[in-house]
Amino acid sequence: MKNTLLLGVDGSDSSSRATEFAAELALSAKSRLLVAYIIEWSPFTFNTPEENEVRHKRREEELSRAQSEVIAPIIKSLEKRGIDAEGIVRHGKPVVALAEIASTKEVSQIVVGRRGESDLGGLLFGSLTAGLLQVSPVPVTVVP
Amino acid sequence: MKTLLVRTSIGIISIFVICLSSSFAQDQNQQRKLSPTEAWIEGIEDVRGGYSSWIQGIQPPEAPPEGEKGIDATINAITAPIAALVGKIVFVKIPVFGAQLPVVVLWLVIGAVFFTVYMGFINLRGFKHAIELVRGDYSDPNSSGEVSHFQALATAVSGTVGIGNIGGVAIAVTVGGPGATFWLIMAGFLGMSTKFVECTLGVKYRQEFEDGHVSGGPMYYLRKGFSDRGMEGFGKFMGTFYAVGIFIGALGIGNMFQSNQAYVQLNNVTGGALDGLGWLIGLIMAAIVFMVIIGGIKSIAKVTEKIVPFMAIFYCVFAIIVILMNFTSIPQAITNVFTGAFTGEGVAGGALGALIIGFQRAVFSNEAGIGSASIAHSAVRTNEPITEGVVSLLEPFVDTIIICTITALVIGTAQVADPNFAGDAQGVAMTSTAFARELSWFPIPLAFAAVLFAFSTMISWSYYGLKGWSYLFGEGKVSQINYKSIFCVFVALGCIVQLGPILDISDALVFLICVPNILGLYFLAPIVKKDLESYFARIESGQIKKYK
Repeated sequence: MKNTLLLGVDGSDSSSRATEFAAELALSAKSRLLVAYIIEWSPFTFNTPEENEVRHKRREEELSRAQSEVIAPIIKSLEKRGIDAEGIVRHGKPVVALAEIASTKEVSQIVVGRRGESDLGGLLFGSLTAGLLQVSPVPVTVVP
Repeated sequence: MKTLLVRTSIGIISIFVICLSSSFAQDQNQQRKLSPTEAWIEGIEDVRGGYSSWIQGIQPPEAPPEGEKGIDATINAITAPIAALVGKIVFVKIPVFGAQLPVVVLWLVIGAVFFTVYMGFINLRGFKHAIELVRGDYSDPNSSGEVSHFQALATAVSGTVGIGNIGGVAIAVTVGGPGATFWLIMAGFLGMSTKFVECTLGVKYRQEFEDGHVSGGPMYYLRKGFSDRGMEGFGKFMGTFYAVGIFIGALGIGNMFQSNQAYVQLNNVTGGALDGLGWLIGLIMAAIVFMVIIGGIKSIAKVTEKIVPFMAIFYCVFAIIVILMNFTSIPQAITNVFTGAFTGEGVAGGALGALIIGFQRAVFSNEAGIGSASIAHSAVRTNEPITEGVVSLLEPFVDTIIICTITALVIGTAQVADPNFAGDAQGVAMTSTAFARELSWFPIPLAFAAVLFAFSTMISWSYYGLKGWSYLFGEGKVSQINYKSIFCVFVALGCIVQLGPILDISDALVFLICVPNILGLYFLAPIVKKDLESYFARIESGQIKKYK
């Protein structure tokens, strides 16, 4: 069974640094690398009927956009370096979704970038990294 | 363990939110449904001045601005005879032991009893599963991002939450005595089964279009269902009939009545400062609705959709506080509900009169049997239509059993403390007075809530009407814009002209469409039953498993 790492990306600068870090790690440990992009989504919101009606279509669009604009370029560059990489796009709460992927895909470690939220931002929106540290079933590496 | 707890609590809170929001929706329904149908209630009128007097408290016919009188008179002259005829046919009553029983209500009640028995008391045995589904226990993480059960339920509920939940219950208690509350709850309970059948069918027979959007509802299951049973022509007729009915209903009770109510509430709360300004308010509301449904300004709709559930919670929380402030009256109020239900003391028609009133109010409140919720539920993408039906069980539960009961207790406890607390006030005004006994400032937020509920009901019904329209005229962009423009014009008209007869026709049609709808449900019930048994068997065997 090959060692698997999970990299959470969001298209930000710190997430490219995290990608670089995870790539080095995967190369040195000869690990497989899962690259996950989580689209913020909650099943507990209030929608208009029109939104519900086109939801399936929107979801497909969101998935394909995330796949082509965020995941595909990363996977391509990782594969160029000889890393066994696989992309995942999922809707949900980033913290919950990453933890869930980590447990179902038997991941040994999660790597994420730090979002660098200010105190106020963190207070209002919660911090992904702090949340992940609380619920992750495996060690988490936060790349500044 | 912690996440489990968090999830569970989120689930419980969300269900509560849904319940509250649905109850509000129903309020609106009740009121709007009541209003135009003077004809049928007449029979039982009179316990306290009857229908027309209560409606005046909330819907004083507005004096139209100069120049409008001519239009009013002309339109009324043309439509009044038609309205009278349609009303007579739809709300035809049979005398039963001194009470007047509208046949259409009997039709709905028999349907609800039949589906409850035939589906093996799905309203009881599906209840726990409904909560698990809404909580997301059975949601596959790989399909996250689709419309969730919670979202579908919340959308359907906010379409039914309305002024009716506040005012309709007051009517029920005024006309049918405290015992009407008991029958209202019973009817809500039975209505859960009807709702289950129609929402399951809505998803099962919905139409998916090439671009990925979906349309569903009674017009689709009536057409496809009957045609599957070799009655293609009849199915087409029933589908078209339903579509026409829901379209016209959307313009009347789902639109004009709502904008009218919103205007009246605004006028009341400003102490009559808006007298004669109906045209201005009408134009403003039409402009806002225009921005939402044609301009695609989602933010307004989003804000409404978000505020309504919180207003519903706000209403329920304060209702419970008011009930508790009257705590010494609670035992007597509850006793009155049970004794009144079987003795019908002081009610025209006795216990049966109370029963009829309770059932009517419940039906008008939760729309079970009318099929509108089925349109909203059809948007959910699921391989198991049964799940959507099971979730929809919660709608009448929240709307009728929770919210209406809370309102009834607010009024009931106030009555115990002071039998004449309301004076001549009826409908919303009566509920408002009951609140004001304990919380003098409450009528203002209550009026604000009523306006919001009216608005959100308009948005929801604009969608139901659109689905009827596009079933008839196609899903094309131009056709949709035409419909939406008509809808906006009617929003303004609702505040400007007195269109009693048009409202009567619209109201009658909404109840008329429950005839084809329930007929279709009888025909298709065996299919639903088969799916239901297969579904629960797979749950039992573990083939369908929880993800949480």
